[in-house]
Amino acid sequence: MAAMKFSALSLLRHALTGNREWTPHWRDASPKPTYDVVIVGGGGHGLATAYYLAREFGIRNVALLEKGWIGGGNVGRNTTIVRSNYLLPGNIPFYETSLKLWEGLEQALNFNAMVSQRGVLNLYHSDAQRDAYARRGNAMRLEGVDADLLDADGVAKLVPQLDFDNARFPIKGGLLQRRGGTVRHDAVAWGFARAASDLGVDIIQNCEVTGIERDPAGRAVAVETSRGRIGAAKIGLAVAGNSSRVAALAGLRLPIESHVLQAFVSEGVKPLIDGVITFGAGHFYVSQSDKGGLVFGGDIDGYNSYAQRGNLPVVEDVCEGGMAILPMIGRLRLLRSWGGIMDMSMDGSPIIDRTPVDGLYLNAGWCYGGFKATPASGLCFAHLIARGVPHPAASAYCLDRFATGAIIDEKGQGAQPNLH
Amino acid sequence: MRIPCPYCGERDAREFSYLGDASVARPATDDAAAYHEYVNLRANPAGPHREFWYHASGCRSWLVVTRDTRTHRIDSAELAR
Repeated sequence: MAAMKFSALSLLRHALTGNREWTPHWRDASPKPTYDVVIVGGGGHGLATAYYLAREFGIRNVALLEKGWIGGGNVGRNTTIVRSNYLLPGNIPFYETSLKLWEGLEQALNFNAMVSQRGVLNLYHSDAQRDAYARRGNAMRLEGVDADLLDADGVAKLVPQLDFDNARFPIKGGLLQRRGGTVRHDAVAWGFARAASDLGVDIIQNCEVTGIERDPAGRAVAVETSRGRIGAAKIGLAVAGNSSRVAALAGLRLPIESHVLQAFVSEGVKPLIDGVITFGAGHFYVSQSDKGGLVFGGDIDGYNSYAQRGNLPVVEDVCEGGMAILPMIGRLRLLRSWGGIMDMSMDGSPIIDRTPVDGLYLNAGWCYGGFKATPASGLCFAHLIARGVPHPAASAYCLDRFATGAIIDEKGQGAQPNLH
Repeated sequence: MRIPCPYCGERDAREFSYLGDASVARPATDDAAAYHEYVNLRANPAGPHREFWYHASGCRSWLVVTRDTRTHRIDSAELAR
């Protein structure tokens, strides 16, 4: 079944026929006995991996196994921000690869993912923080990534409604990445699913992996699932949030803790915030959705959790951060809040690597930065699975870096997952 | 979430700070592999989890709390020593 191609003409035709002739955009497949590659996890990263395996590396006998349904996990729970404003050499090329893929994604997938490069502005509140941001901006520019350091006047031209003269956290300026922005997260899942399915990938929903079968030599050869045994020449895990649990099925212990991250949406208001704004003296970030709601969030709750819901102290902390830069939002009512489970790694950076188990590959540890990484994560993981060697943009994300000391610790916090 | 501190009674979780898994033990040797396991590798269970909490805004005791990571239900809290 080839997916219909979206065009102005096809949209017009469906409009004229009352939108009654739409068909499903991907096949809800049933599992075959064996595949060349089985990807566990039908989130954004798993979908992107399956898509790039088929498109870039010609491996089309692929199954994508999802415990729930496509779009029901963290790909639908994030705050939709994309950016590549990182400091460290291991991170910048990877996230810039991702941002470039976002820029061409809609044409590649023939799907409107509402990629909106509305700018990401990190506010600074002190001289020391300005210097740190100048350093980060310079590191980005050295890698060819756009970054502009603004003073308070520069910020005021963009966002005059901020509380510049806040007594405790005055706004002194900001680091702006104009190419950053937001992408409609559900459309990312649907677009990748549609394109992968069209290339022959079997998307198998309601299929929970309950075991990883190994041959006498120790190689992973199949997964046991709620829909039966599925053999695979290679198995890729892309189950961030639950990586420790799934990897434990193969006897692995990971440098990861699972933590809950909350996010919030206010009632809809008229256009108020053009881009993405982050508070520099606490953890708060906000953008405005096209429906008008302010989408915002902050820190993880800080304790191990698989509960997909958080506690009130973090709600209070996030709202305090918002009030410090935008006191006007105190008059808004909260529409919704929710939680998602993050793989918090020991250095705050992800893992895309082989595992000590032959035939088993790992994509994990995305902390709370997984959404922006979706396309590059898929491309690099597909590269690793198809070719057996890391993609150049993700070569720093090796699993043994925690043992060797070659960690990528953007915040310099050490092996304390709840501080990253 | 409220944590039943053995000294102070049931107190709001915001009075505490979290360290993490209490089941890992500092190696007796200086073996690098053993330290890697101690510093980095975690069971990270979905279910009961023994973990360190510090009652910073209370008695300043370190506690070992047993909490279900699926529900946040706390089954016990005892002094870490």
